[in-house]
Amino acid sequence: MSMLARTLGRSLLQAAAVRQLHLSAALNAEGAYNANRTTCTLIPGDGVGPELVYSLQEVFKAANVPVDFEAYFLSEINQVLSAKLEDVVASIQKNKVCIKGILATPDYSNEGELQTLNMKLRNELDLYANVVHVRSLPGVKTRHTNIDTVIIREQTEGEYSALEHESVPGIVECLKIVTAKKSMRIAKFAFDYATKNNRKKVTAVHKANIMKLGDGLFLRSCEEISKLYPRIEFDKMIVDNTTMQMVSNPNQFDVMVTPNLYGAIVDNLASGLVGGAGVVAGASYSADAVVFEPGARHTFAQAVGKNLANPTAMLLCGTKLLRHINLPTYSEVIQNAINQVLKDGKVRTKDLGGQSTTQDFTRAVIANLH
Amino acid sequence: MSIRLSQRLLQLRAPILTRGYPLLVTKEKTEDVLHTKSALQKKLTGTDIPSAQYGGRHGVTMLPGGGIGPELMGYVREIFRYCGAPIDFEVIDIDPSTEGNDDLDYAITSIKRNGVALKGNIETKSHGLEEMSRNVALRNELDLYVNVVHCKSYPGIPAHHKDVDIVLIRQNTDGEYAMLEHESVRGVVESMKVVTVENAERVARYAFEYARQNNRKKVTTIHKANIMKLSDGLFLEVANRVHRDYPELEHNNMIIDNTCMQAVSDPHQFDVMNMTNLYGTIVSNVICGLIGGAGLISGRNYGDHYAVFEPGTRNTGTAIAGKNIANPVAMINASIDMLNHLGHKEHAKVIHDATYQTIVKDAIRTPDIGGVNSSTDVVENILKILSAKRVNWPHGNYFNQS
Repeated sequence: MSMLARTLGRSLLQAAAVRQLHLSAALNAEGAYNANRTTCTLIPGDGVGPELVYSLQEVFKAANVPVDFEAYFLSEINQVLSAKLEDVVASIQKNKVCIKGILATPDYSNEGELQTLNMKLRNELDLYANVVHVRSLPGVKTRHTNIDTVIIREQTEGEYSALEHESVPGIVECLKIVTAKKSMRIAKFAFDYATKNNRKKVTAVHKANIMKLGDGLFLRSCEEISKLYPRIEFDKMIVDNTTMQMVSNPNQFDVMVTPNLYGAIVDNLASGLVGGAGVVAGASYSADAVVFEPGARHTFAQAVGKNLANPTAMLLCGTKLLRHINLPTYSEVIQNAINQVLKDGKVRTKDLGGQSTTQDFTRAVIANLH
Repeated sequence: MSIRLSQRLLQLRAPILTRGYPLLVTKEKTEDVLHTKSALQKKLTGTDIPSAQYGGRHGVTMLPGGGIGPELMGYVREIFRYCGAPIDFEVIDIDPSTEGNDDLDYAITSIKRNGVALKGNIETKSHGLEEMSRNVALRNELDLYVNVVHCKSYPGIPAHHKDVDIVLIRQNTDGEYAMLEHESVRGVVESMKVVTVENAERVARYAFEYARQNNRKKVTTIHKANIMKLSDGLFLEVANRVHRDYPELEHNNMIIDNTCMQAVSDPHQFDVMNMTNLYGTIVSNVICGLIGGAGLISGRNYGDHYAVFEPGTRNTGTAIAGKNIANPVAMINASIDMLNHLGHKEHAKVIHDATYQTIVKDAIRTPDIGGVNSSTDVVENILKILSAKRVNWPHGNYFNQS
């Protein structure tokens, strides 16, 4: 009974937060007529998402960034309040850019639905490439220094195909799908990313020694594409070895290209090396649209309403967004402010060993905008 | 006897009349031999390379080339930055003085990856036999079989003729540029001109299709079939046959020497022109000269999978490099063509309007079109106009801020 009350209380709290969001969206919509502003879809997500997004909006407002948000509350665990997926997809297709918090996914399925909301969104928009730039931040103490790795993950096929069945009672089969087309596409994305950002090496992560056909195809596609890039070194590494190398000597990696599940693992591992889920930004690309989201996908639900989540990841997403839509000056201003706050080390959230709140951090960043 | 004679006649006629060829563009996939560089080799143009469009931004290869190329490319990048065009350039410099083709090979691979390129004229300093023109090599390797130059007069610019509006469509890989030359006997050099049904048909079809889609009325095929009865005759015949699929369009033909005379005396009679390779370069230079010179008009090269944009008359401009008098308009127009090709119509329109306003209304022009201003003056004025108009992400309408 008490649990019920707690859940109810929480969802009411969230409802209030959501209403506030919708209200701010409406206000922004009015202001949008004064032209020359860019509209961006905003999905706050579950857990601490709404708090982080609020922090981002505060910083954008303080920096006078000409971006308006179109907020949609999308959630799988709170279906009552959730916006319709079609509306969100339509909005992203229109705006071509989106900032997204993390959507929580239950471990069970009530209706026998195997696809999660995250996967539906990705498939709907064909957001095939997830890019996580893992970089050591100034003033964040970690075991390794000077990490600068980009992990590029294919996220529309592989183990996430949502094709599972129990052919005989007690025997469950899960299909991992690898196609040449999508493997080539992600490999080309990785090499193009490397070319554009002056990177030297691309490492393909695989397990082709065991899954000779599936991962073998992925690996062969990467090799095929690598021939088009004679000035970039191509390397391959088995996933278990990769994780070991990552924790012992992460500086050897430059750009990594991975299938779906390995990517998720390596993403989180690498994020852990530079300070955790609160400080790493990521982005998912389709041909037309980009969704910017924190790199390691954790909702941090235990901290909801406690004002202690680290907004750095979300703010970095914001700077990436600004660079993407040709507003590099704003991006630099915010990036410098974040770096300054982290370097000073006076205002630190709990995950980085400090005592400050989300709000303190946001204010510190705003104070450093110049 | 008479039967035998007629049979012999038939046999004789067979090579003259090329009716046996099927009018079908069939692309065979041959082995990927890198750099055969001959127009006669059928190319494997990599269809299965995914396109370089990520999150609404396009990757584009930029080959500044020699002479004034690097300056002009600098202006284009500045303009793109100002109006926020979602293009990421991959700049590849080709050093003209180096022997060997490493840089060129890399440039070609890069265009294959990106699908689109913006290009200045590339110099080939070496005259060694095995070194061929790098521009030609690039077109052959990418199978860019058609070159389109839209010659449209700018009002107010001193020119010999006003209101010229001609679209020149040129076969880009065959013909005299096959680069098959040999000295069979000492003192006698033969150069082969190659016309293929396949390429002639592709370019004719492009010309008629272009005319239909752009509401043009007439296509003129330029040839010299009175002398070169087989090669140019084939080109003309293919054009005639393609014309049957476009009955609403008028089609006539004209001999190249007459064309040049007509072009300088009465260019208004031409609408769309369909030409072989060498005639194309001659006529396009003549007409560009008529309406204001090399510095204004842009050219587009298309293949089945790739598109390369460059100034219309392919001049390197080494003599005026670094003097700040090169006309940036041709390269800017090439970049506008590129934006249109990639679907960024708003950005293209904004830049086009700003350029037009600069050289027509504001009359800020470089010396080659009768002005007194420097290249940077022109670009700065364009930037000034652009600074009042920023195109919203991604393709939203642009707004006047003033």
